[in-house]
Amino acid sequence: MNLGTASSSVSWKSSNNDRVSDQQFPACLRVLVVDDDPTCLRILEKMLRNCHYEVTKSNRAEIALSMLRENRNGFDIVISDVHMPDMDGFKLLEHVNLEMDLPVIMMSADDSKDVVMKAVTHGACDYLIKPVRIEALKNIWQHVIRKKKHEFPKDRDFDQSTSVEDNGDRQQKPPEDVDYSSSANEGNWKISKRRKEEEDENEERDDSSTLKKPRVVWSVDHHQQFVQAVNQLGIDNAVPKKILELMNGPGLTRENVASHLQKYRLYLRRLSGVSQHQNGLNNSFMGHPVATYGTMTSFNGLELQALAATGQLPAQSLATLQAAALGQSAISMPLVDQRNLFSFENPKFRFPEGQQQQLNNSNKQINLLHGIPTTMEPKQLADLHQSFVAVNMQGCPRMQQSNALLMHMPQQQPSNGQVSRPPLSMSQPLSSNGIRNSIVETVRGPVYNPVSQASSVVDFSLNQNAELQNNGFPLVRSNSGMSTLTSKRLLQEEVNSDIKGSRGFPAGYDIFEELHQQKSQEWGLPNVGSTFGASTDHSSIPGTLNVSPSMLVQQVSSMKNRQNGNSLPISKVFCSREESGSVNPMGGPQLNLLPSGNLLTVKAEQLPDTSYQSTFFPEQFGQDDLMSALLKQQESVGQVESEFSFDGYSPLDNLPV
Amino acid sequence: MQRQAASMKRSLFNQEYLDEQFNELEELQDDANPNFVEEVVNLFFTDSARLIRNIELALANGPYDFGRLDDMMHQFKGSSSSIGAKRVKRECSQFQEYCNGRNIEGCKRAFQGVKQEYATLKTKLDAYFQMAREAS
Repeated sequence: MNLGTASSSVSWKSSNNDRVSDQQFPACLRVLVVDDDPTCLRILEKMLRNCHYEVTKSNRAEIALSMLRENRNGFDIVISDVHMPDMDGFKLLEHVNLEMDLPVIMMSADDSKDVVMKAVTHGACDYLIKPVRIEALKNIWQHVIRKKKHEFPKDRDFDQSTSVEDNGDRQQKPPEDVDYSSSANEGNWKISKRRKEEEDENEERDDSSTLKKPRVVWSVDHHQQFVQAVNQLGIDNAVPKKILELMNGPGLTRENVASHLQKYRLYLRRLSGVSQHQNGLNNSFMGHPVATYGTMTSFNGLELQALAATGQLPAQSLATLQAAALGQSAISMPLVDQRNLFSFENPKFRFPEGQQQQLNNSNKQINLLHGIPTTMEPKQLADLHQSFVAVNMQGCPRMQQSNALLMHMPQQQPSNGQVSRPPLSMSQPLSSNGIRNSIVETVRGPVYNPVSQASSVVDFSLNQNAELQNNGFPLVRSNSGMSTLTSKRLLQEEVNSDIKGSRGFPAGYDIFEELHQQKSQEWGLPNVGSTFGASTDHSSIPGTLNVSPSMLVQQVSSMKNRQNGNSLPISKVFCSREESGSVNPMGGPQLNLLPSGNLLTVKAEQLPDTSYQSTFFPEQFGQDDLMSALLKQQESVGQVESEFSFDGYSPLDNLPV
Repeated sequence: MQRQAASMKRSLFNQEYLDEQFNELEELQDDANPNFVEEVVNLFFTDSARLIRNIELALANGPYDFGRLDDMMHQFKGSSSSIGAKRVKRECSQFQEYCNGRNIEGCKRAFQGVKQEYATLKTKLDAYFQMAREAS
């Protein structure tokens, strides 16, 4: 059914209560099943029909994809085989996640752990082992619900899971079903709750649950409208209410805008942090055939996918971005944009479209991206990055990405940035610094600057993945937990790390490890999430930034002290900044909007605006730390080490503290 | 007649020609699709003949691409498992083991086993469906 309205495209049946009675749910769920084996396909079709779902089958992934594209709102969920001759199931999964943001269930006779893991990291919301039994198909509706809920976290009534139940009786089975009988759900709720609490725009939340809320697909037009509105208002003033007003409320509710805004901000943050990476990464990835999961076209692509998967990015936008990213040169554009964005000097949140412009405007920023870490020569860094990335790639894919990300971070610190952390007055340096800062911060925090954002974005998908019945990955829940833990660990690590000039990263890296171990997720690549095509990786990250800025500040300060002797000034600056409240130049909303774990990130953003300086140092420090950590971890990265030879330079020294 | 069909089915299960999945198929059968199981089984034998042929060709002469052989067998195995062909599945796994060991002779032997079980199952199921049809 094409529920596309003029203003928003809604595909969720619930939104069309008039069309489908509540009692019918989950009946009439529109399933697209793809399998090249005609026998399996026929059996699945029959099973799904017996579950009262509306079934469309296809034995060709290409055909299925075109069906989905033609009729974006025509399906609620996709079930696909992993091994197909015309297109790899994972590729289809990525496309669907990116373009349509539908829940995708993978299935295969192959039950080996790595294949299952691959599915998870690519964003599959479930994995079924063949031969599939009808019992496994009966509850696939939960994935649809879950995805929708994740898309509209703000709409959720976190105060009680009963809210779901309330809506549940409308659209779901008895409450026990609503609970999803999975702790992952609880985790999701908590995460959502956390997010909710952090957001300012809670007060206007409707009582209507997300269940009732149609899934709003942010078309490119809508998003452009949204971006224009945000730019017009300025990031400080970009509250959903006003944005909605500016957008002439094309059928969108405040909640839609609010959640989209949140995602957008996360995305921007992540991009700003990742932009550098992406620029460098894109190139390096292009050059390095490291396919963590076959999705390493670029961070951008991955992130976009992740974002898309989580429903945070409009499918179209993502497609655009990804296409751009894949186009390579285009990738840097969004990044550049992001940086501008973060620097808040250029509040042009040209999410999908302003990229080009931004890019042109921010040559400097671009330089930043490819800039050299404070201490490293640009060229060195670039080389280092390349090799680092390459090395990373070889290792755990997750780490690679994060490493690459981190690597990029240093690069992000353009020499311009080093310049100093001049006060906000300097827009250019600021932006670069800001980017750096933001990057650093993110790095510091959950160690995944962009990742954190991505992770928050990914949270959604992660949560979903966590829900995987077959996998039992506690991905989702961990978000909040992880973030806290991570950030704390990060701090500790940083403090405790043997901070040589260059070894700033051990802490960061450790955190990665920690997170990784904790969650056996692929969080490793918060930013990299892209590789996993889904938030799986991200899950861990979002939460990571739970560390309060003040805490971080202190940590950073201490760290800095250790690293260079500049700690005092830095810490002072940092602290003072916090105290002065300038830390939140963005204002409450911004901070609130950040995912729970991204307090630091927010800070970073804000800092650029206000006390840019203060954040600057910590971030740089973080980057170094992360780099060091990464480098350390990368034992095989001999050349990296040598290239980095942090001993040779002390990043902090160059910090214009 | 029905009893005969039922007992034949029981023996197929006992001899492990079929497994639980076959029951799943039967449960899907309903008034709207009274011959669903037979349809699916026929679909399987028709489609899998192609897979068998391809594997046969690949085993005919070297150089042997074990990866490809494994993929093809994996596909065939998945298909067989969807109708509950237990013995066939077992032979497929055997084949895949030899593939992993890059033992072409072992593969060829195992493949003979696959074809044999496959043919036997077809015969038995044909008889079973015949009986089931007559019984109804």
